[in-house]
Amino acid sequence: MSGQNREDLKVVNQARAKTDALSIMGGAPVYTGDLVPDGALVVKLKRSPHAFARIVSIDKSRAELVPGVAGVFTWRDVPHHRHTFAGASYPGNNPFDRVILDEYVRYVGDPVAIVAAESEEAAEKALKLVKVEYEVLEPVLDFETAEQSASAVHPEDDYVYQTDIGGDLAHNVLMSERDEDGDFEAVYASCPVRLDETWYTPATQQAMMETFRTFSYYDHAGRLTLVSSTQITFHARRLVAMALGLPQSKVRVVKPRVGGGFGAKQSMVTEVYAAAVTYLTGKPAYIQFTRQESCACANTRHAFRIRVRLGATEDGIVRALWVDSLENAGAYGEHAANVIGLSGHKTLPLYGKAEAWRYTGKAVYTNTTPGGAYRGFGATQGCFAVESTVNKLAAQLGLDPCELRLRNLPEVGKPMPAYYDEPLTSCSLDRCIETGRRMTGWDEKYRSAPFARQVGPHRYRGLGMAVTMQGSGISNVDNCTARIRLDDGGFYTLSIGASDIGTGCDTILAQMAAEVLECDIDRIVVNGVDTSYSPYDKGSYASSTTYVTGNATVMAAKELLGKMRKVAAERMGVAEGDLEFDGDEFTCGERKLTLTELGVESVNGHADWLTAAASFAGHTSPPPFVAGFAEVEVDTETGEVEVVDLVGVVDCGTVVNRALAQVQAEGGFLQGYGMALTEDVQTLPGGKLATNSFMQYKIPSRLDAPPIRIAFEESWEPTGPFGAKSIGEVVINTPSPAIAAAIRNAVGAEIHALPATAEKVYGALRAQGADSHV
Amino acid sequence: MTLNFALNGRKLSREIAPDETLLQLLRDCGMHSVRSGCDTSNCGICTVWVDGKPVLSCGYLAARVEGRAVTTLEGVKDEAEALMRCLAAEGADQCGYCSPGFLMCALAMFRELENPGDAEMRAYLAGNLCRCTGYASQMRALAKYAEGRRSK
Repeated sequence: MSGQNREDLKVVNQARAKTDALSIMGGAPVYTGDLVPDGALVVKLKRSPHAFARIVSIDKSRAELVPGVAGVFTWRDVPHHRHTFAGASYPGNNPFDRVILDEYVRYVGDPVAIVAAESEEAAEKALKLVKVEYEVLEPVLDFETAEQSASAVHPEDDYVYQTDIGGDLAHNVLMSERDEDGDFEAVYASCPVRLDETWYTPATQQAMMETFRTFSYYDHAGRLTLVSSTQITFHARRLVAMALGLPQSKVRVVKPRVGGGFGAKQSMVTEVYAAAVTYLTGKPAYIQFTRQESCACANTRHAFRIRVRLGATEDGIVRALWVDSLENAGAYGEHAANVIGLSGHKTLPLYGKAEAWRYTGKAVYTNTTPGGAYRGFGATQGCFAVESTVNKLAAQLGLDPCELRLRNLPEVGKPMPAYYDEPLTSCSLDRCIETGRRMTGWDEKYRSAPFARQVGPHRYRGLGMAVTMQGSGISNVDNCTARIRLDDGGFYTLSIGASDIGTGCDTILAQMAAEVLECDIDRIVVNGVDTSYSPYDKGSYASSTTYVTGNATVMAAKELLGKMRKVAAERMGVAEGDLEFDGDEFTCGERKLTLTELGVESVNGHADWLTAAASFAGHTSPPPFVAGFAEVEVDTETGEVEVVDLVGVVDCGTVVNRALAQVQAEGGFLQGYGMALTEDVQTLPGGKLATNSFMQYKIPSRLDAPPIRIAFEESWEPTGPFGAKSIGEVVINTPSPAIAAAIRNAVGAEIHALPATAEKVYGALRAQGADSHV
Repeated sequence: MTLNFALNGRKLSREIAPDETLLQLLRDCGMHSVRSGCDTSNCGICTVWVDGKPVLSCGYLAARVEGRAVTTLEGVKDEAEALMRCLAAEGADQCGYCSPGFLMCALAMFRELENPGDAEMRAYLAGNLCRCTGYASQMRALAKYAEGRRSK
């Protein structure tokens, strides 16, 4: 096998088209909605119009009389077992705060009844005829005052904490935590430069193009089988079984092609409703969320308030850093307990010279749409807050922000105290900063004072930057397995439990196996995911597939190659050490054995079937890094911000697939751009989510998209497959702080709450009295 | 009501409800390339052609295609293949869910415009949203495809 040098790689580190490209683009029936069995009941949900209420009574008698209605189910009709929607390894932190339907509704849109009918029309008609009497309760709508509210969002007495996470439900506190090293107060007090800044990041939508959907039926073995658009195939099996009170052996989950997820599908959303209908009626059932439901009744990025206290020397060395995060969990705690920690643990380590650091976090329940996982998972929110504070430090000290970052970088080989003491084993962030500086023409263009680069009447340019890190899987928790076999036609079948949701993991894992097996990816069929047949994988989230499943894939492929060599040597009557293998045949002098012959051999009683499986569980989570840069032009007359250049330089270790990594980065940067400038989940006074379509919730179109330029500065991660680390999430983090910094650099306006809309920039300009420039 | 129309060159007669959308009808006809994205005619995913012009089938009543010709990606597979390969080479498919609608709009553009430049293409395709790619790879693929057409 080639392998420990990037120059030797033949398949990995190249651009390859996705193995499913032509089928998914060409309209093959491969997504959940294409595979629904004929006659499946149409499932719709009756939803609460109130943010917080107790259900007094439900009259479903008229709804049940609608021709074609197969069932109307309320909280009295469905199994009642506390569970969570959050897909995360078990046991874990996420409290069991959900039942399928409850006596209480906790946000506008919370399901009240499940309707199943033979047609969409019948289901819609029945929905309208379900009459619900509510006792309306005072909702908790403001997360900053949730603790003082007279209402408790989760008053139920059968709420289950898996473990003590510092909650206080009477005061709507889902969890609270603290982690620190050093004497923060003393070091902070001794610093000549101190900043104490508070920042806000709003809820945002993942907005994947395929909305949530699941169908269910009983399979040949009597298992409740779900075909679902999910990132968490195995967790969904456990959680559906839990919600219905079934043994896991009676539930099966299948993931077909998925039309995007970005974390939204790391939680269950539609699964339990289809499952409940099939469980209660015995019939196949299908539920597909509308876009409106996907926006208002699923999960969003958690809104955060983050206070950062930073103490530094006058030459910009950060000596004390405290990230204090308050997170709006929304009505249910999907991932809230895990998201919040990343706001500290994936920001603090970048300031590796700090003598004291502290992270404190608290998540509170409110009667709003639940938060959930979204690419970046807390690191994104923390990155905006910490990097904005550091950019302010640079501005205050008159230091170049690139230079300031370079002075503070963590060192390879040393442990990162705020990152669970994991050692930093690869990092080219210094090169990323230098390259980005070159690409943007930073040294020629950058002026530390605002209003220094006027380019037209009322128009000023500015530059900003930020750095970030993420992880590669969750250390000591994530477990991923790959199984590979040689088939008798002389090809390989690679089975994985990781969910390709458009990321291309089926392709990059095939590249890794192909690199080991000296072939190209057309000789490898990748199968995933069916909990019946696939090896266990915790699912596709936490930037884990390339690193964790990738390591498992390489281990399995190497083991298979070893077995193949052994059988080939026996069959050829030669010593194993004398064998050559070119991917097509084993040779030893004049003797030959083709791969097809070996495959046939392995199923004809001469040898064991050639198969190998390997599991990998990382003891570290090597961080990928990005240095992100933005150049903006601000119109002081309107406050409008135009991003004229967005540059990202990425250290993801070895780039496994040059085309797919590039697109991951470009797509992540544009999502980050949306978060910086337009994307904002807004709630009406009564708690109803207002931005519930693409008309109100503005994701960037190709006309909005700024020029995005991506470069890679590869490092070599010694624990990674062929030196690789993750890329999926880290690419979303830098645009918002870099753009905010560029706005400040252009016109001095300081944006403390995203998105940086024209109104906010204009208001900030007015507030700072910059009228002479307007 | 009875609807008579041509789907990908084949004459069809179907019973439809007056409020049925073209999207529903086409999916019922087994056209899996026609997918819903937003339900509000904002995202472009459900784009098909009526008499050769792109329309958003989620906001278009099926009854309107009476006597007209409807084309989905299934009907222009051969024409689409070269562009699909350009997209695949750039990794511009990603989740692939928005690709058929994008392809239908892009192919209509290349039928309509002789030699579109980047700005022209962005404007023509502005209504085709994609959350995965950030559009840059799609634009690179379009440029390569356009170059291939020119050199033919």
